[in-house]
Amino acid sequence: METHANETLLRWIVLAPLLGAAVIGLLNRRLPRRVAGLLACATVGLSFALSVVVFLRMLGLDPEHRRLTDILASWVAYGNLRIDIGFAMDQLSAVMALVVTGVGFLIHVYSLGYMAHDDGFRRFFAYLNLFIFSMMTLVLGENLVMLFVGWEGVGLCSYLLISFWFDGEANAVAGKKAFVVNRIGDFGFLLGMFLIGVTLLPHLAPGEGAFSFAVMQHHAPLLAPVATAIGLLLFLGATGKSAQIPLYIWLPDAMAGPTPVSALIHAATMVTAGVYMIARMNFLYVLTPTAMAVVAAVGAATAIFAGTIALAQNDIKKVLAYSTVSQLGYMMLACGVGAFAMGIFHVMTHAFFKALLFLASGSVIHAMSHEQDMRVMGGLRRKLPVTWWTFLVGTLAIAGVFPLAGFFSKDEILWKTWSSGNTVLWVIGFLAAGLTAFYMMRLVSLTFFGTNRASEEVRHHIHESPATMTVPLVILAVLSIVGGWVGIPAFMGGGAHFEHWLEPVFAGGHAAGTHGAAHAVHDTTMEWILAGASVAWGVLGLLLGWIVYTRRLAVAEAGRRFAGGLPYRILENKYYVDEAYDGAFIRPGYRLSRTVLWKGIDAGLIDGLLVNGSALAVAVVASVLRLFQNGMVRFYAWSITVGLTVFVLYLSFSG
Amino acid sequence: MSFITDHILTWVTFLPLLGSLLLWTVVRRDDHARVFALAVALADFVLSLHLWFRYDGPGGQDMFTEKVAWLFGGKINYHLACDGISLVLVMLTTFLGPLVILSAWKAVTERVRDYMAMLLFLQAAMLGTFFARDMLLFYVFWEAMLIPMYFIIGIWGGQRRIYAAVKFFIFTMVGSVFMLVAILWMYFQAGGMGLEQFLALDLERQAQLWLFGAFILAFAIKVPVFPLHTWLPDAHVEAPTAGSVILAGVLLKMGTYGMLRFAMPLFPAGVEAFAPLMSILAVIGIIYGALVALVQPDIKKLVAYSSVSHLGFVVLGLFSLTPLGVAGGIFQMLAHGLSTGALFLLVGVIYERRHTREISEFGGLAHRMPGYATVFMITMLASVGLPGLAGFVGEFMILLGTFGSTTLDHPRLLTALAATGVVLGAIYMLWMYQRMFFGKLTNEKNRDLRDLSVREYAVLLPLVVFMFWLGVRPGMVLDRVEASVERVLAPLAVPASPHADDYPQHALGGGTADAPVFVVHEGEAHR
Repeated sequence: METHANETLLRWIVLAPLLGAAVIGLLNRRLPRRVAGLLACATVGLSFALSVVVFLRMLGLDPEHRRLTDILASWVAYGNLRIDIGFAMDQLSAVMALVVTGVGFLIHVYSLGYMAHDDGFRRFFAYLNLFIFSMMTLVLGENLVMLFVGWEGVGLCSYLLISFWFDGEANAVAGKKAFVVNRIGDFGFLLGMFLIGVTLLPHLAPGEGAFSFAVMQHHAPLLAPVATAIGLLLFLGATGKSAQIPLYIWLPDAMAGPTPVSALIHAATMVTAGVYMIARMNFLYVLTPTAMAVVAAVGAATAIFAGTIALAQNDIKKVLAYSTVSQLGYMMLACGVGAFAMGIFHVMTHAFFKALLFLASGSVIHAMSHEQDMRVMGGLRRKLPVTWWTFLVGTLAIAGVFPLAGFFSKDEILWKTWSSGNTVLWVIGFLAAGLTAFYMMRLVSLTFFGTNRASEEVRHHIHESPATMTVPLVILAVLSIVGGWVGIPAFMGGGAHFEHWLEPVFAGGHAAGTHGAAHAVHDTTMEWILAGASVAWGVLGLLLGWIVYTRRLAVAEAGRRFAGGLPYRILENKYYVDEAYDGAFIRPGYRLSRTVLWKGIDAGLIDGLLVNGSALAVAVVASVLRLFQNGMVRFYAWSITVGLTVFVLYLSFSG
Repeated sequence: MSFITDHILTWVTFLPLLGSLLLWTVVRRDDHARVFALAVALADFVLSLHLWFRYDGPGGQDMFTEKVAWLFGGKINYHLACDGISLVLVMLTTFLGPLVILSAWKAVTERVRDYMAMLLFLQAAMLGTFFARDMLLFYVFWEAMLIPMYFIIGIWGGQRRIYAAVKFFIFTMVGSVFMLVAILWMYFQAGGMGLEQFLALDLERQAQLWLFGAFILAFAIKVPVFPLHTWLPDAHVEAPTAGSVILAGVLLKMGTYGMLRFAMPLFPAGVEAFAPLMSILAVIGIIYGALVALVQPDIKKLVAYSSVSHLGFVVLGLFSLTPLGVAGGIFQMLAHGLSTGALFLLVGVIYERRHTREISEFGGLAHRMPGYATVFMITMLASVGLPGLAGFVGEFMILLGTFGSTTLDHPRLLTALAATGVVLGAIYMLWMYQRMFFGKLTNEKNRDLRDLSVREYAVLLPLVVFMFWLGVRPGMVLDRVEASVERVLAPLAVPASPHADDYPQHALGGGTADAPVFVVHEGEAHR
C-alpha cells in the first residue's frame, strides 16, 4: 500500500452541507425563508467549489498518485477490526463528486423557485442539504462501511423527501416502500461486507482497516475464493439502490416526492450509487466472471423491461422514472461487461440529461397547476419556450442523437457489450435504445404538440417558470449537449479523455473489455457501423414516436387496442409485479404473523396452553382434591371401602 | 471526599436506597418527593461518573473493590467490584434514573412518594446486581429487583395490572428458584459464595450441564428469550411509563448480563452444549419478535415485541463466543436501552394526552406535534440501526462476529437469518410511524394535542444526544469493555483476540470460488 497525499479539504466538501442542514433544521422558523434557501444553496455551492479545487490539484499530480485521503478519526476499533471515519478522492470519486455537487447545486437553485410557496420550505432544504452530505459520504467514503453510512443516509433522505408532503397517504406509503425495499438490498450489502471482513481480518497487518478500499484492493487475491459470493451479495444491495430487477419497484412510486427531488435523488445521483459501488469494487468483480455475468444480464434485462413499461404510462414523471430504471440498466450492463469507465461515463451524462428532463417536467407540472397526466397536456411548445427547447435537448440526448452527451456514453456501452462478445445482451440493449427514443418522443408529442387538453381554468394559468428555474434548465441543456465530448472515442478521432482519466482506478478492471479494445485498434469499421446503426435506430424511434402521437393518433389507438387491449393493459399495469409481490410476500407474511404467530403461538400455545394452562391445571387438581377433604367421616369410610374393593378385585383378576 | 471515593460502589449502590427510605420516613409532600427523588438520582449519576472517568482496569480487571466478611466467617462476603462490563451497564442505569423520575412528574399523581421510593429502591437493587461479586449477594439484589417492579406494575399499572404483575413475578421466580438451588449446590462444593471461588471449581461435564441449565433458565426468562417471552408484552402494556422504561432499559439486560458474567464463564461445558440451541432461539426471537411486532394494534405492545427482537441480537452476539460478537452484544444492550427507553417515554407522552395507545386512533400527528414527530423519528431510526446512530454499531459487530464464529454450527446461515431482522425492523417501525404521524389529521380528538413541553424535551433530548454520540464515537464504550470481555471469555478457551485462528481459513486459490456463502464448512468448527 503506497501512502497517499493528505487533503483536509475533503472533509469540508462533505461537512459543509451537513452544517447547512443542521443550522436550518435547528433554527427552523427562526430563520427567514430566504436565508434558509440561500444558506442551503451556498453550502452546496461551497462543496462544488471545493471539489473543483481538489480536482484541479489532482490534475497537477501524476496519474498514479491521484488519490487524496483525509482521515478524521477512528470510528470502530476493536481487536483487529478497524473502521475509520475518513474520506478519499481518486479519479472515480472526483467525477462523482463534481457531478453530485454540481448538479446538486443547480437543483438547489431550481428548488428556490419550485418550492417558493411551500409551507415546508425550510424542512425541504434541510433534507436536501442532508442528502448532499450523505451522498458525498457515500462517494468520498474511504472504506466500504463509510460508503454504507452514506448509502443508508441517502436512503433516509430519499424516504423523508418522498413522503415530504406527508398529508397524502400515497406519498407516505411510497416513502416507506422505498426505504423497506432498499433495506432488502442492504441485507445483501451487509452480508457481503461480513464475508469480506471475515475473510480479510485474519490476514491484516496492525492498523489496516479491513474495509478500506486501498486495503481490500491490496489483498484482493485473498478475496478471490469468495469473490462470487461477495459480488452477488453486494449486487443485491445495488439492485435496491439502483432500482434493478427485482428491487426496482420502489423507484416509480418515489415520484410522489417533489420534482426537484425526483431530479436530484431519483435520477441524477442517488440511484447511481449502486453503479458507483460496483465500479468502486471493480478489483473484486474482475475476479468473478459469474457475478459479472449476472450484473450484465440483470442490467440488460432491466433496460428493456422498464423500457416497455414506459411505453404505456400516462404520468409524465412515471415515464421518466421508468426511463431512469432503464438507463440504470445500461450502466449495470456496462459494469457487467467490464466497461466500468463507460458505466460511470453514462452516470455522468445521464445525470445531466435526466436531471434536465425532470426539472423541465417540473416546469411543465408547475405551469399546469400540478397536473401530471399527459393526456390533459398538449401544445405547450409556444407557452413554455425555454422548457420546450431544453426538454427537446434532453430528449435528443437520451435518445442517443449524435453529437449529444447521451450518444457517446450509450454508444460506448453498446460497443463494449458487442466487442466483449455478448451479442445477445447487445441486441437487448440495442432494442431498448429504440424504445427509449420512441417513448420519449411520445412524451414530447403528448406534452408539447397538438392542442392543449386541460380545463379552461388550468389553461389560463399556464406560464413560463421564473429564472431560478429556467437558468438551471439552460445550464443542464448545455451540459447535455457538450457533456459527452470529454469522452469522444478514439475511432472518431477523439482522445477518450474520460476513459483515460479513470484508467488508473480500473487498471485491473478491463479484463473483460481488453479483448474488444485491442480488436478495435485494428478494425474500426465495425465501430462505425454500430454507431451509425444506433443513431439511425434512435432517430427512427424518435420519428415514429412523433408521427404516431401527433399525426397518426389512430395508429396509437390501434396499438392500445391490439389483441383485445391485453398487451397494453399489462404494460400499463407494469406487468402486475407489485400485485404479485403483494400476493406472494406481503399479505401472506402479515397473515402468518397475525394468525399463526401472534394469535396462534403467542396467545394460544404459549400463554393459553402452557402458562395459563398450567395455572389452570393446578387450580383444577386442587379443586378436585379439595372434594376429598370435606371433613365427613362417612365419606372417608365410603371411599376407603370403594378403594379397597377395587384394589382386591384388581389383585384377584390380574393374578 | 475520600470517605466517598474509598467506598464509591457502596455509595453509588446505596444512595438511592437511602433516598427511598427517606422518602418513606421524612418527606411528606408529593411535590417535595418528586424534587427529592430527582436530586437523589442526579447525585447518584454524578457519583457514577467517578467510575466512568477513573476506570482504567488493567487487563479488564475489577476495580473499586469492596470486600467485607458478611456471614459464616468470610465464606459469604459483602463483595462489590466493577469491571468494564459492569461499568457501562451501571452508567446506563444511573443515566436513565433521573430521566425516568422526570418522566413521571405529571403522569403519576397518586401515592407519589411511594412511587418515587419504589423507583429509587429498584435502582439500588439493579446497581447492586451489576456490582455484586458474591453469589449470595448477587442473588439478594437479583430478587430485590422483583419487589419494587411488582408493585410498580401492580399499583400504578393499567387495567390488567394484577394479572401482569403476578405473571411477571411468577415467571421470574420460577427461573430464579432453580438458580438458587444451583448456587447452593456450588456453595457446598466451593466452600464459599465468592464468584472467584465458583470460577475456580473444576466441575465435571454432567454437573456443568445441569448447573448451566438452571442458571440459563433464570437469565433467559429475564431477557426474555423465545419462547419464555410472553410475560414481557403484558408487563410492558400494564406498567406505567417509568416502569416500562426501566424494564426495557435495564431490567432485561440483567438476563444477558447474567449470562455473560455467570452462566458462560462458570460452565464452559454447558456453553459448548447449549450454544447452538441458544443461538437458534436467539434467531427465532429476532424474526418472531419482529413479525409479531408488525401486527400489533397497540404501540406499546409493538415496542415490547421489538425488544424481544433486539434482545435476540444480544443473545446471538454473546453465544457467537467471539470477542466481536460479545462486545457488540454489550454495545447493543446500551443502544437498546437508549432507543427503546426513549420509545417507551414517547409512548408515555402520547398516552398522557390521549389515554389510548391504539395506533388506529392516531394519524397525521406530525401536523400538530412536529417536535414530537422529530424526536420519534430519530429514535425510530436509532432503533432500526441506521448508521450514525447507536443501533448500527452493535448490530454490525454482533452480525460480523456471528458470521465469523468458529463454535456455532451454521454461523453464516444464522447471520443471514438474523440479518432479516434488519429488514423486518424497518418494516414494523416505519409502518407504525406512517400510521401515527403521516396522512391527514382525521381524528377530532387529536386536533388540540400539545407538542412536547420543556420538561418532556429535557427527558428526551439527553437520550437523543447519546444515540448520536454512541453512534459516532462508539470507542468510548468499546475501549472500556474490550479487556473485560477477553477476561470473561478466557475460561471458555476461545482465542481471546480475533487473530488468524479465529476465522475460517479459506485455502487461498482453493476451489471454493463459486461456493455459495451459506455452505458450512464442517471441518472448520473446532472446539
